[in-house]
Amino acid sequence: MTVTTRPDAERTPRPTGMAVGTGPSGCRSAGGWLVLPTLVLLGLVIGYPIVRALWLSLHTEAATGDRTDVFVGLANYLRALVGRDHGGFWNSVGVTVLFAVTTVALEVVIGTLLALLMQRVRRGRSLVLGSVLVPWAIPTAVTAVLWKWMLQPDGIVNAVLGKKILWTGSEWPARVAIIVADTWKTAPFIALLVLAGLQLVPPSVHEAARVDGASAAQRFWRITLPMIWPSLMVAVLFRTLDALRMYDLPAILTEGANGTTTLSLFTYQAALDQARFGYGSALSTITFLFVFAVAIAFVRILSRRIVAGAGAGKVA
Amino acid sequence: MTAIPLPTARSRPVHWPRRIWRVVQIAIVVGYCLFPCYWMVVSSLRGPDAIFSNDLLPLNPSLVNFRGLFGSANNFGYALRNSLIIASFTTVLALLIAMPTAYALARTRMRGKSVVLGLVLAGSMFPGIALLTPLFQLFRDLGWINQYQAMVIPDISFALPLAIYVLSSFFADMPWELEDAAKVDGATAAQAFRKIIVPLAAPGVFTAAVIVFVSAWNEFLLANAFSIDLASQPVTVAIATFTGASEFQQPYGTQMAAGVIVTIPLIIVVLAVQRRIVAGLTAGGLKG
Repeated sequence: MTVTTRPDAERTPRPTGMAVGTGPSGCRSAGGWLVLPTLVLLGLVIGYPIVRALWLSLHTEAATGDRTDVFVGLANYLRALVGRDHGGFWNSVGVTVLFAVTTVALEVVIGTLLALLMQRVRRGRSLVLGSVLVPWAIPTAVTAVLWKWMLQPDGIVNAVLGKKILWTGSEWPARVAIIVADTWKTAPFIALLVLAGLQLVPPSVHEAARVDGASAAQRFWRITLPMIWPSLMVAVLFRTLDALRMYDLPAILTEGANGTTTLSLFTYQAALDQARFGYGSALSTITFLFVFAVAIAFVRILSRRIVAGAGAGKVA
Repeated sequence: MTAIPLPTARSRPVHWPRRIWRVVQIAIVVGYCLFPCYWMVVSSLRGPDAIFSNDLLPLNPSLVNFRGLFGSANNFGYALRNSLIIASFTTVLALLIAMPTAYALARTRMRGKSVVLGLVLAGSMFPGIALLTPLFQLFRDLGWINQYQAMVIPDISFALPLAIYVLSSFFADMPWELEDAAKVDGATAAQAFRKIIVPLAAPGVFTAAVIVFVSAWNEFLLANAFSIDLASQPVTVAIATFTGASEFQQPYGTQMAAGVIVTIPLIIVVLAVQRRIVAGLTAGGLKG
């Protein structure tokens, strides 16, 4: 935590008449004190577990429950990466990446479509905005139970499709079930972000393009899409990182069965269900590093666009 | 993407195809978002004999699922109480911590601001699963398993980044001449914050409160690990672990009724402040 709070400067009374032109509020060190509670809390709840998990992951023998005094080096990591659990581990990595890629792609496409549909709505705007917020507000746990119900063999989805699919009974239907539930819940949220981006496109540009004979499709690809691209990329970044830690949906909808065990679920099962804290900590450290690496890569690739998007979406 | 209708000039006569297309647009968006919720409500009103019916209307509606929810088998009242306590404490504490930080980020020329922003951003991307084992051990040693604070404290840290973003974007847009005026009149920075900024920022704070409340109300991963007793489980864990009459029979009617009860108050609050929530969420650019 490299916050420069200068505690002694805070305590010594300032000589009167000294103009401290350090900012809108005229007080440099107060800023440090104001952010202190946040830093302390994040340090305790996020910083401590990172360090502790690292220590645990090097210490517990994988098979002996919660004994934490034996130094085992990288044994816990090797067990997951190349050892006896590597099948399950890499499987869960693949499933996690599959879910992240498919859900984010679908959510961006459907979210953009929803935003384009919402864009010109004047009367009924609050109805539309309100209903878009509903899937966001519904707890993921409820979403999981709701889709599990709708995807029953005798459920409404099969009735509409006119088929008898055992959605949670085999690999690909179970994965599709999770992708569908996640997309339903989150595409409306992307739609909100895209809608905010769309509002930055001046109508005069569209009007001019239309006068020049550009078709609706051309206007979308050549004008709308490039202009909403920055806010879209910010949404993609956050959604991807969110999707990489997916837990609730597979834990409830399929309980990880039939090839739907994500990295988070795999880690949860090892750490708590099997009470292997050292091994679980190794897995959670790997998950953390994985998400972190993806975040860094994203920011590297998109940094220019995110800087541009910061103006549009006011991120950071 | 065949037709993106352009705004109709007011002087033009009523254009029926366009008007119908506009209604269809609304219907698509509303149907996509609300049909599953509608189905949840309809299913919750079906008795055990009719639960597998796929009629679009609940013929012979029954409240048996809602009654069963609060019976001795499920004790959903406990879960509601727990979620209410956890989410309320999380909201109040997260805002108390987030407000000064957001103020500092939006208004002071603090050194190391980008470091703080970076840490907050990193906090928002942090996978919850990475906290699980160390916090479980810590809370177990402290005797905090099945205690509210085991869920409140992590929930605060999950909600904090979004709360800080939403608040600092509101703070940045406020009329700051008033703050300077207060300082000219002799108020300290702290007084200016308390007496001028806080009342002005109330709408933004309320928005942040709703967003934090929703995120705490919806948390499942850590609650699933830290609340083992039925009496300490929040609603998300309770709904996921409801047991039916037999082990292999999912109590879907009861689960749908629980989903309705859990979701409706949330939706009412969110709809009441929807425009501000939309502004807050898009400003934060994050998922709650």
